[in-house]
Amino acid sequence: MLQYVIKRLLSTVPVLIGISLLLFFMLRMLPGDPAQVLAGQMATPEEIENIRTQLGLNEPIHVQYGKFLTRLVQLDLGRSARTQNPVAVEVWARLPNTMLLAVVAITLACVFGIPAGILSAVRPYTWMDYLVTSAALFGISMPVFWLGLMLVVIFSILLHWLPAGGTGTWQHVILPSVTLASFVVAFIARMTRSTMIEVLSQDYITTARSKGLQEQVVIIKHALKNALIPIITVVGLQFGLLLGGAVLTETVFAWPGIGRLIVDSILARDYPMIQGTILIFGLLYILVNLVVDIVYAWVDPRIHYD
Amino acid sequence: MRKPASQLRRNWAKLRRNKAALFGGFILGVYLFTALGAPLLFTGSPSAPNLIMSLEGPSAEHPLGTDELGRSILGRIIWGSRVSLLIALGVVSVGLFVGVPFGLISGYYGGRIDFVIQRLTDMMLAFPGFLLALGLVAVLGVGLKNTVVSIGISMIPIYIRLVRGCVLTVREQVYVEAARAVGTRDFKILLRHILPNVMVPITVQTSLGMGNAILFAAGLGFLGIGVQPPTPEWGAMLGSGRAYLFNAPHVATFPGIAIFLSVLSFNLLGDGLRDALDPRFKL
Repeated sequence: MLQYVIKRLLSTVPVLIGISLLLFFMLRMLPGDPAQVLAGQMATPEEIENIRTQLGLNEPIHVQYGKFLTRLVQLDLGRSARTQNPVAVEVWARLPNTMLLAVVAITLACVFGIPAGILSAVRPYTWMDYLVTSAALFGISMPVFWLGLMLVVIFSILLHWLPAGGTGTWQHVILPSVTLASFVVAFIARMTRSTMIEVLSQDYITTARSKGLQEQVVIIKHALKNALIPIITVVGLQFGLLLGGAVLTETVFAWPGIGRLIVDSILARDYPMIQGTILIFGLLYILVNLVVDIVYAWVDPRIHYD
Repeated sequence: MRKPASQLRRNWAKLRRNKAALFGGFILGVYLFTALGAPLLFTGSPSAPNLIMSLEGPSAEHPLGTDELGRSILGRIIWGSRVSLLIALGVVSVGLFVGVPFGLISGYYGGRIDFVIQRLTDMMLAFPGFLLALGLVAVLGVGLKNTVVSIGISMIPIYIRLVRGCVLTVREQVYVEAARAVGTRDFKILLRHILPNVMVPITVQTSLGMGNAILFAAGLGFLGIGVQPPTPEWGAMLGSGRAYLFNAPHVATFPGIAIFLSVLSFNLLGDGLRDALDPRFKL
């Protein structure tokens, strides 16, 4: 396993290079002068010239990429065209807020989603199944930003129970994380149900039952373990979505996370900031993928990695 | 003598017995009818402002009321169904036609091919779906075509990962080994033995994918970086209605319901297809 982890860690190097290439060419794909784009529309000719020299835009492309990589390794992502603050500082300051939302939401989603999906699959076509599947369908189909707005109206404006936005106390976390979790919990419950139904129809489940094993043991030890791969895939992918800061939720609740930062940056065409947020997401998500792959090998010994 | 029913006919019969799927199909049918018949159903311009009628509640003249520019919300929802369905079809086509073949090859062959495809997938997944779409919009610019391309590209790695994960298990099955042992070509094994056995998750993902495409596009519209005004798009309508939530809640409410119902229809139909396509599943 250790050998696999080391191998998997090494395999992230090409991905990191890929991300750096994407970031490098992202600015160069934009129409116009990259120095002007980076400096922003209000920049003076001197500022633009400074950036041009700093980026080495008059030099050959491989030299430019080399310089870009050097700055990236030093976490020098430039300055925001909007606020003139260092990009790394602004991104770092907002990262804990996004992580907090994502972790609370994914925990809520797993705690409610997996058991709901299992209950629904083991009692198909009962009122329990219909309740879970209907709720999951509603959760998946509902626009998260609309749900967020409705929750604000009900719990903040009408009932005065919870704050409508901002951050600071644990009460501030409730509405945004529940809004985020509502979509993910439905997704996880749905995938758990469909995979469990498929697994429960396998011959080895019939064998396990005919051996006289308790139903709980059959479901947890025989069925769930075999159904875990698609479920883990979905949780991993959803966590990535949440790591994105659930841009819409952060916008609805004025939550000062990276998701909102990237939207503000796109609207203001603040490209250094867009590059910075994308880089941070890339690094974090590589970590999540690594964990998901290790868990694969742990839950299913049939999967061998060469 | 009566001819045996074909697989397609049996699947259709199963689908017809599923009431939820039929309901989903019915809603989708209404949307398709609305999208195709928009010029007949709402003859006026959905984008022409009429400030005298600004923020009017539902009435006989405007059954769903008017928005801040006095435009009929019903008219804009009807014309908006064209935009949303077009986006859903475009996005899923991009994801399916690129993602599924790569997922099959990656899972089946393993080794170096798998390594390269998975690292490319990791690279794309390093930008979570909606954010990848946001990043692409930042580079490509706003508008309908760029919305489809951006969201479509963001769906590709999901198909690759999902299909590969299933193939890893299926390729170890006895029937695949048997096919290999009798010298069946890899292409045939992939098409005849592996693809049908990973169709269930692909179908579920496609049905969710179409719903997700509508949600993503609505999200981009809500943030003001998707389909641009005056084109009637449900997310953008909801976004502009947000400012009037307290004095004219209908402006944000009805586009939200339109999004919800259309996504629900894809999900219901997808579920029904899953049940009909899986031969081990009995109604």
